[in-house]
Amino acid sequence: MQAAFKRLSTWLFQLRGPERGEVVLVQRRIFILPTRAGVVFAFVLMLMLTGSINYQLSLGFILTFLLAGVGISAMIHTFRNLAGLHVGAAKTASVFAGETARFGVSLRNPTRTPRYSVALTRDKVGSDVVDIPAEGDAIATAAVPAARRGRLSPGRLTLYTRFPVGLYYAWSYVELDTHCLVYPRPAPAGLPLPPLQPSGAEGAGHGQGHDDFAGLREYRPGDSLRHVAWKTAAREQVLLTKQFSGLAPSQLWLSLDLVPERLGLEEKLSRLTRWVLDAHAGSIAYGLKLPQATIDIGSGVAHRDRCLEALALV
Amino acid sequence: MRERLDLRDTVWLTASVFLVAAPHVERLPSWVSLLAGMLIVWRLYLARSKRELPHRALLVVIVAGVTAGVYLQYATLFGRDAGVALIVVMLALKLLEMRTVRDATLLIFLAYFLVITNFLYSQTLPTALYMLACVWFITAGMIGINFSRAPRSVGPQLRTSGVLLLQATPLMLVLFVLFPRVEGPLWGMPTDAQRGSTGLSDTMAPGSLSQLTLSDAVAFRVAFKSPVPELRRLYWRGPVLWDYDGRTWRAPRARYARPSYNTEFYPVDYTVTVEPHGKVWLFALDLPGRLPPRALATTDFQLVSAEPVTTRVRYEMTSFLDYTYGINESEDVLQRNLALPEGYNPRTLALASRLKRQHGSDQAVMQAAFAMFGSQGFTYTLAPPRLGENSVDEFLFDTRSGFCEHYSSAFVVLMRAAGIPARVVTGYLGGETNPIGDYVIVRQADAHAWAEVWLRGRGWVRADPTAAVSPARVEQGIGATGAASALPLFMHDNPVLRRMRLTWDSVANTWNQWVLGYTAERQRTLLSRVGLDDATWRTLAGLLLAATGLIVLVLALVTLRRLRVRVHDPVSRAYLAFCAKLARRGLARDAAEGPLTYADRVTKVRPDLGTAVGDFVALYVALRYGDEPGEDNVGRLRRLARDFQP
Repeated sequence: MQAAFKRLSTWLFQLRGPERGEVVLVQRRIFILPTRAGVVFAFVLMLMLTGSINYQLSLGFILTFLLAGVGISAMIHTFRNLAGLHVGAAKTASVFAGETARFGVSLRNPTRTPRYSVALTRDKVGSDVVDIPAEGDAIATAAVPAARRGRLSPGRLTLYTRFPVGLYYAWSYVELDTHCLVYPRPAPAGLPLPPLQPSGAEGAGHGQGHDDFAGLREYRPGDSLRHVAWKTAAREQVLLTKQFSGLAPSQLWLSLDLVPERLGLEEKLSRLTRWVLDAHAGSIAYGLKLPQATIDIGSGVAHRDRCLEALALV
Repeated sequence: MRERLDLRDTVWLTASVFLVAAPHVERLPSWVSLLAGMLIVWRLYLARSKRELPHRALLVVIVAGVTAGVYLQYATLFGRDAGVALIVVMLALKLLEMRTVRDATLLIFLAYFLVITNFLYSQTLPTALYMLACVWFITAGMIGINFSRAPRSVGPQLRTSGVLLLQATPLMLVLFVLFPRVEGPLWGMPTDAQRGSTGLSDTMAPGSLSQLTLSDAVAFRVAFKSPVPELRRLYWRGPVLWDYDGRTWRAPRARYARPSYNTEFYPVDYTVTVEPHGKVWLFALDLPGRLPPRALATTDFQLVSAEPVTTRVRYEMTSFLDYTYGINESEDVLQRNLALPEGYNPRTLALASRLKRQHGSDQAVMQAAFAMFGSQGFTYTLAPPRLGENSVDEFLFDTRSGFCEHYSSAFVVLMRAAGIPARVVTGYLGGETNPIGDYVIVRQADAHAWAEVWLRGRGWVRADPTAAVSPARVEQGIGATGAASALPLFMHDNPVLRRMRLTWDSVANTWNQWVLGYTAERQRTLLSRVGLDDATWRTLAGLLLAATGLIVLVLALVTLRRLRVRVHDPVSRAYLAFCAKLARRGLARDAAEGPLTYADRVTKVRPDLGTAVGDFVALYVALRYGDEPGEDNVGRLRRLARDFQP
């Protein structure tokens, strides 16, 4: 019975699994039903018709029929508000497990009719409402709770609208072939970092450190923003990074072995995630050794994200 | 979508309620209007100052108070006036608990409903236009609350509302014409549904007709099938008054046997459309020769409808302007038409016996009375002096100025005193021909009273003493008499005003006949004219469904046409046309396919197209990705696309 119902709705709503590229909302993909307000409206019209018949009100008939016409025409307008939209995946920021992923969905309107109040939702509880100008586009986001680390797909999203009069609900199901990364949930803050190891051969003598200011060099992507000489930047209009000299920096190799054996894999990954974040915040150069991959010592945002991605996909 | 309303929506909806309720103000008790106005102002103040709406308990108290007040005012909560008063106040109160989009939607539906209550009072063309504007405004308000964020201007809102209403019009027309009409109400109408209409009553006292004469309201309109008779022959017969108590004339209650009559001369055929007046009479030219549907004729040839005329009534009529009737009138009737109250008007009684002595025959007495009215300084005026107890005496011997009701009343008393059976006939005299719509308008201002006397061997004969005093009234209508200065401006003979008035009345008449008067009978006539005789409601329903389906289809096509994508770039347009031609041959381009890959694939399948496809794609790629587009190359590409024949 349940299976039959599922087959029926699959056929009726044209559910076909994730689709690549842009999805065009053609007529066959849009469904429409009256809202509760629409049903009440019909009831009010019946009342007005009865009154018009009883009081022989010619203008009452005209008003009732005119509003009935508005009701019919509104159906077409509500349908049109979705029809012909191009739906595609837009950039989605990675999140940590336990957070909510916000999937960006780009809505492109190649037609000359502006679209108002088009809503995107996944769970029918919260929705993001956007207007899409004629021959323009807009980004709507769908909130999807990210419970587990790994790749997260948005699943079946619903685009819907009640514009212009709220008497009808037109909707379309879209399943985009896109995903976002969910990093492991970081262990609670306050976990001490594993002991640092002095770096290799050139470890002795003067090199880059954190203690004494040694001069400025041009900013390179990946440099910590804490080391940007903001005052100079304001004056000179260029970004410069402060360089420090001091003791040779220590380095940190993170691996599953550093975590007590008794913990499960997820717990271990949680701790590693926490350490990656702390090491990044503390501007400590670190590397990551995982069974599948090894990421060499490094620092900066890009490095951190590479490490987090590796942790997410273990 | 959006839960809460913003200031803009609140103001818009409050204005909608105000606009729809405004015409009711003149009909509502002043306290109701005042209260509703205060509630509206309060709501605007709360919205402006972003304060909390009043507590529900307070609103419940107000509802209870208003309901009690309305009950005290009307002694009922139902019926037209009480119902409208309640709806108006409830709508204003609903404004005070309007917080969410859902509240607003309900308010909008109530506002639509309030529009229809206005039609219970007035269905004129100006009312219709005003209410159409209101519906446009309300619908725009409904669109406003469905915007996710307030639009920067009112343009999109008003435009969409207008488009919806325009697109609704064809369906409205089809439904209006084809929706099966039912005759008569489904249930009893509240008795106050037609109050306050003006018209003749079944009594006549000094002053009652002259009051009526000040009204420009249309009594009825007549479209003649035969040539229009002269103005002076247009005596529209209304209530016939027999009984006199010294001041007031009344119609008889008792029904007598119908007298015989024979008609000479040719009949006049015409159609009468009577405006609702709340009484039972229907009007016809003296003397009606047939009965309207659901009506009967009394012994004195009044047409009486089975129910009060509360809606516009239209009927076909035939009259005989030359007739004899009542030659063999029963003694009972004659006696009753000789009766005079005891002890009134001694001077008139003396005059009557003198006339009788001097002239002998009834006919001669009548002539003498006419001569007296014509020669002894009687004047015709709309503003006669007040009369005392012996009103006929004072009128005939002292004041000598009066209106038709004075003349007819005095004449009938004089005749009865001289032993000649006589009675008062009220109705209308004349009318105005409207050349624009080719019909005659009879207004309340044309109200008239004349007399009927019974002469042996001739039966009942019409005698109009006003004609002796003011021939112009009979010949040319009331606007031509000396009394005209007391009449409102509209009755004066100003050619420009007259032209405007007639044009407007012609429009109003068309409106009445085709919109307001579109009844079950009209529908039958219209449908049989297009070959649908005896259309059952089954046929009508089928026809309705088919027409509705067709309209929806056309609407959908027109509306969705706007979704076709316009490609601005001529190069892309040419490429798309090229691809579309190949797609029709089953060689559709894959979404991910570039032009060169596509061309390769096409050439493999259809080697015969090789050169054409190769040339086109090479030029397209050069234009798209090369350095020098060049206007003439664009033109060449377009030509290639046009001439491409896969």
